[in-house]
Amino acid sequence: MLKQTPLNAAHRDMGAKMVDFGGWDMPVNYGSQIEEHHQVRNDVGMFDVCHMLVVDVKGGDVRGFLRGLVANNVDKLTVSGKALYSCMLNPEGGVIDDLIIYFMTEDWFRIVVNAGTAKKDVAWMQQQAAGRALTITPRRDLAMIAVQGPNARAKVWEAIPGSQSVTEAMKPFNAVEFQQYYIARTGYTGEDGFEVMLPVAEADAMWCKLAGLGVKPIGLGARDTLRLEAGMNLYGQDMDETTNPLESGLAWTIDLKSERDFIGKSALQSRDINMQLVGLLLLDKGVLRAHQVVNTKHGAGEITSGTFSPTLQQSIALARIPLGIAPGAEVTVTVRDKQLKAKVVSYPFARNGHSLI
Amino acid sequence: MSIPADLKYTASHEWIKTNADGTVTVGITAHAQDLLGDMVFVENPVVGRTLAAGEECAVVESVKAASDVYAPIAGVVVASNSEVESAPEAINQDAYAAWMFTIKPTDSADVAGLMDAAAYQALVESEAH
Repeated sequence: MLKQTPLNAAHRDMGAKMVDFGGWDMPVNYGSQIEEHHQVRNDVGMFDVCHMLVVDVKGGDVRGFLRGLVANNVDKLTVSGKALYSCMLNPEGGVIDDLIIYFMTEDWFRIVVNAGTAKKDVAWMQQQAAGRALTITPRRDLAMIAVQGPNARAKVWEAIPGSQSVTEAMKPFNAVEFQQYYIARTGYTGEDGFEVMLPVAEADAMWCKLAGLGVKPIGLGARDTLRLEAGMNLYGQDMDETTNPLESGLAWTIDLKSERDFIGKSALQSRDINMQLVGLLLLDKGVLRAHQVVNTKHGAGEITSGTFSPTLQQSIALARIPLGIAPGAEVTVTVRDKQLKAKVVSYPFARNGHSLI
Repeated sequence: MSIPADLKYTASHEWIKTNADGTVTVGITAHAQDLLGDMVFVENPVVGRTLAAGEECAVVESVKAASDVYAPIAGVVVASNSEVESAPEAINQDAYAAWMFTIKPTDSADVAGLMDAAAYQALVESEAH
């Protein structure tokens, strides 16, 4: 039996094609994935992200706990509402999950974790918190709707009266509580917008209200092409417990500069770095896909995520390849029985409505 | 999803049309394109290639997945639709107009052994459950 979000019936009413997504019954598209992709880049769309889990960590010295738990430095969070993207590592330095941490007060931090790893993440957090005066509470009573695109904020302001005055000046990667809503200026598309957390009982009404304001529903298919164009990692594809985050394009999130110790730090410091995560642009016709082999002058690598980019109108990928191959270099990718030409590029590929390549 | 009565079908979701000159034209069904979603790449077999029945001979790729296309019967490729290679979205617009390739059958009796529309309809319905 697949798990359902509170918006399941709404998706079916809107003609969604539903798929099994890590044990959740989720919309992959509502007709055309490519149209939905452009809709978000150019206007506004909404995503059901209720399958992701909000976890509240409360009690004494939450900050001290998180200093050791995650690889990025929560001491960067000084203003209430500020968010931080971080990996949570195991002692060997592998990635248990990537997550967003919101600082609310010294005794309350909010964390949003991936759907597929939620159970494992909470168990790990609870294990690490043993002996501390902390409560770690999974908030399955909260739904989450992401509204993304250049016109996203304006639509949310229409849908939630009074929210404009408290969120208009709010910078990206910040959140605020407003009435029963928790409004974060975050997302997974490379566009502006909000992720709105709200009581499960109100999710369907909010979804329908947004739809009534002209906000189109967007499936997980377009969510993947949007995030890949935006150069954002996907847990389970671009990194997992077996990969080194420093070889997965995540070095910017790993704080090795401060004195602070965290789980996985010493392992990372003692491991060699031989690979890097790069962008690929396919020069020949075809579509790059995860697990295809990339051939470079320094040896072989592998595509971690590949797709057709609706914005660039050609295929793009993230790939883990040997160090020493710089942007501009030409490589080949083994696709079926052919060697297709691709160019190494810096990513993101596209954000804020247009190509960056 | 439409399943034209005048065509034959395979369990791997190809449609087959018999032409007046005895050749057969092949494409993928409306159901197949619906499963795959937005089509972005098509690679047809080259003209002159000899195909065995069931042989992988073409590829269609949507944004989310790649799928092989199989020769429904044995024969030689006598035509290949370059237009659908240039504009793969034509398959989404009308799967039965967006033909992929044409085969001159080794044995014209082979077509009779393929599924008719009713059998294919039953297959699609059984896959939905």
